[in-house]
Amino acid sequence: MKSTARAECLAGIRAQIPILLGVVPFGLIFGAVARSAGIPPLETQALSLFVFAGSAQFITAVLIAESTPAFIIVLTILVVNLRHALYSASISPYTQHLPRRWKAVLAWLLTDEAFVVASVRYRDKNSAHAHWFTFGTGLTLWAAWQVSTAAGIALGQVIPENSLLDFALPLTFIALLIPLLIDRPTWIAAIVSGLSAVILSGLPYKLWILIAAILGVAAGMVAELRLTPAEEPSR
Amino acid sequence: MKPVGTLYLWTIIIGGMLVTYTTRLSFILLIPQERVPDLIKRALRYVPPAVLATLILPDLLLSDGRLQLDPQNFRLLAGALAALVCWRTKNTWLTIGVGMVALWLLSSL
Repeated sequence: MKSTARAECLAGIRAQIPILLGVVPFGLIFGAVARSAGIPPLETQALSLFVFAGSAQFITAVLIAESTPAFIIVLTILVVNLRHALYSASISPYTQHLPRRWKAVLAWLLTDEAFVVASVRYRDKNSAHAHWFTFGTGLTLWAAWQVSTAAGIALGQVIPENSLLDFALPLTFIALLIPLLIDRPTWIAAIVSGLSAVILSGLPYKLWILIAAILGVAAGMVAELRLTPAEEPSR
Repeated sequence: MKPVGTLYLWTIIIGGMLVTYTTRLSFILLIPQERVPDLIKRALRYVPPAVLATLILPDLLLSDGRLQLDPQNFRLLAGALAALVCWRTKNTWLTIGVGMVALWLLSSL
């Protein structure tokens, strides 16, 4: 029994390693650019330790640089991370038999990358110890995120500050966005929200970020319903 | 670099932690999963592209709150080039590298 748990955990770690190639660069960049947003090293690491959500952390850095009210930032983090509720829903059938502390730990580790790897594992029927797999894979990602953030902070201290480094953030967002534009509704969501943001950017308290994002999501859904009226949406 | 308040930062860190952890815990521990409305499930797919585009476009198109659509807008040119590179290669490092080098070359011309 114990060896099965260990085997599952090791398999989880191994399954996560290829994903780290894509994650570590973002950790490094986050650590480095947080400085140009005015976030000190301790708070930069704390964001990785406690919020532990890549894209939300990048967005937070931009909003802090623009002195956005804390309330709006937390609300934006909530909207950006709402998708985790979807992951939580699809993992929950496999965690129902577990004690509460296991659920608490697995939920803490439930990032995009851990979810993707774990849901492949859960497709297998034999899942009595699968929570060890999810634990191994999630913990590996968590550790890599902490170490790469710390390395990025160190890097940010030695490279000189300039406008080029500021530009790393929008470029990072571009690198995150382009692979998501896989069909017409996602394109429409991006175009509508981007243009709305340009038009509304004069609104106070950075309210335009939430409004533009909501308009984009609504446009994407309308496009989806119009393009595929009868069938289920493709994923 | 301008100084940022410690209380302000920790409000964001703790608040961000609470909202993020709550979404992750939601259906594992708090709500029975058959209660997720189908509409919400569909909407979630569009949140990441919408939020990212919201942050990118004003940054590339506006300068001091004014629309800048001329060839003097180096951030727009470099950003468009980076988007093209990303679309063709899907490579994060290359995208960021090309964008930075392009901006540096354009602004030192």
